[in-house]
Amino acid sequence: MTINLKVWKQKNAKTSGNLETYKVDHVSPDMSFLEMFDVLNEKLVQDNKEPIAFDHDCREGICGMCSMYINGQPHGPLEGVTTCQLHMRSFSDGDTIVVEPWRSAAFPVIKDLVVDRTAFDRIIASGGFVSVNTGNAQDANNLPIGKDKADMAFAAAACIGCGACVAACKNASAMLFVSAKVSQLALLPQGQPERESRALNMVAQMDAEGFGACTNTGACAAECPKEISLDNIARLNREFLGASISNQEV
Amino acid sequence: MSWLTKTLTSSIGKKLLMALTGLFLCTFLVVHLIGNLQLFKNDGGYAFNNYAVFMTTFPVIKIVSYVNYALILFHAFWGLYITYKNRQARPIGYAVVKNSSSVFSRNMAILGTILLVYLVVHMSDFWYRYHNEALPYVQYTEQISTGNVETTLMETGYTQEAKKVESFNEEAGTKTIIVKDLYSVVSFSFQNILLVLFYVLSMFAVAFHLFHGFQSAFQTLGWSHPKYTPLIKGIGIWIFAVLIPVGYAAMPLYFYFLK
Ligand code: HEM
Ligand code: SF4
Ligand code: FES
Repeated sequence: MTINLKVWKQKNAKTSGNLETYKVDHVSPDMSFLEMFDVLNEKLVQDNKEPIAFDHDCREGICGMCSMYINGQPHGPLEGVTTCQLHMRSFSDGDTIVVEPWRSAAFPVIKDLVVDRTAFDRIIASGGFVSVNTGNAQDANNLPIGKDKADMAFAAAACIGCGACVAACKNASAMLFVSAKVSQLALLPQGQPERESRALNMVAQMDAEGFGACTNTGACAAECPKEISLDNIARLNREFLGASISNQEV
Repeated sequence: MSWLTKTLTSSIGKKLLMALTGLFLCTFLVVHLIGNLQLFKNDGGYAFNNYAVFMTTFPVIKIVSYVNYALILFHAFWGLYITYKNRQARPIGYAVVKNSSSVFSRNMAILGTILLVYLVVHMSDFWYRYHNEALPYVQYTEQISTGNVETTLMETGYTQEAKKVESFNEEAGTKTIIVKDLYSVVSFSFQNILLVLFYVLSMFAVAFHLFHGFQSAFQTLGWSHPKYTPLIKGIGIWIFAVLIPVGYAAMPLYFYFLK
């Protein structure tokens, strides 16, 4: 296959960027999207040109590092699939593919397709944790958890923090991510001690980072590679509004 | 900042205000439609004109209607402000966008702005004229025993202090009412095809705004549940995006084609 690429090139956070055109020959349909970029970068290095910077780590859909906005969709055309798990068989010979970085005021571009997602880390640090006693781990069966709750918590915990929800949302809202992180803990007994402060602090941090507000368009859930459900956003609204009303701070 | 300000100015709190005001406006749409159904009565405007007097003089209703006007303005400008702030969250856009959300959900502010323009036109067409202009008057004489109503248009130029004057004739067993004839004003206005088209098209904006908005408000309130959400979505689509806009659009069409 031959693939024509239009890729966002930007030197650093201070400069402005533009789309550059590349042609990649001998692309195998079995290559992953990132492997196609590896082939292109190797060629660019051989030609003494700057390779394209992009994020990646596990390349098996679990770490949340890869982050390409492909032909107008975060992580490309397939549902429930990260960029690293997207294969060239999803495209046709001669296709032109436009690849851009996540766009959000809260995710500034560091270089080319790499954006700074530490805003997510600060949101997690503000409340996405549970307090545990030191010493031996207690027996798991000491804490009975209903299967329905466990399943919902598990589905929320599947979020890999990639930020595709922000990239897809017209408001660059981080609600799906934050709702997944609040839900996975609010549903479990271990999450109860910090339940109220978690919802309040994580939402406050999310707002401080400059993400937009949710308008329930549902683009996030449609594009999320882990298919996190909008029900989590409703739960976050409940958790936040409930905590605002009932918590002791005046 | 007090906890309340902090809550209501957070991203979720801002939306809460949109949802609560939006749902209040939805109940207003239902009440307003039911009241206006009296336009379809073939009684020379007897029921409708009396209803208009009641709605604009009964103190409780007057208060509720001013609250309603204030909430429409609040909902409109708060919504536009949120939309403006949300745009700032993405200063640099994409070269290519393949949308996976509904076109209505993405354009609530545009649909809302159409509604706002519509409301201004609508209020100046009827509300402003009813309150501030010399309207024609109509006299209804009701035979109390039979309920038969005789309608007589007052001559042009007739005017009186009150919107409605009621008198009884015990001997004849009749009740006579002279009221401002809003019904004729409505009937006459909707002989203009351009106004009829504008009203009907605006009802599409209502339909699309509520197609997304009604269920969205419940999601904002956190009311998402496998048992009840399908019901809410059904009500949003069939009642608020179909039945109500069709009911409203039927009024100008009725006067244009059938009166
Ligand atoms: C009869 C009139 C109206 C009704 C019944 C109504 C109802 C609603 C409802 C139920 C929502 C959903 C709230 C939510 O998602 O939580 C909404 C959202 C919205 N409305 Fe209205 N609305 C009306 C008029 C207007 C007007 C005149 C504007 C003017 C610009 C407007 C602008 C908006 C905007 C921008 C949103 C989206 C806000 C967001 O999602 O953050 N609406 N409306
Ligand atoms: S909710 Fe989905 S799209 Fe958003 S960060 Fe988590 S995995 Fe990525
Ligand atoms: S590289 Fe880890 S999820 Fe794609």
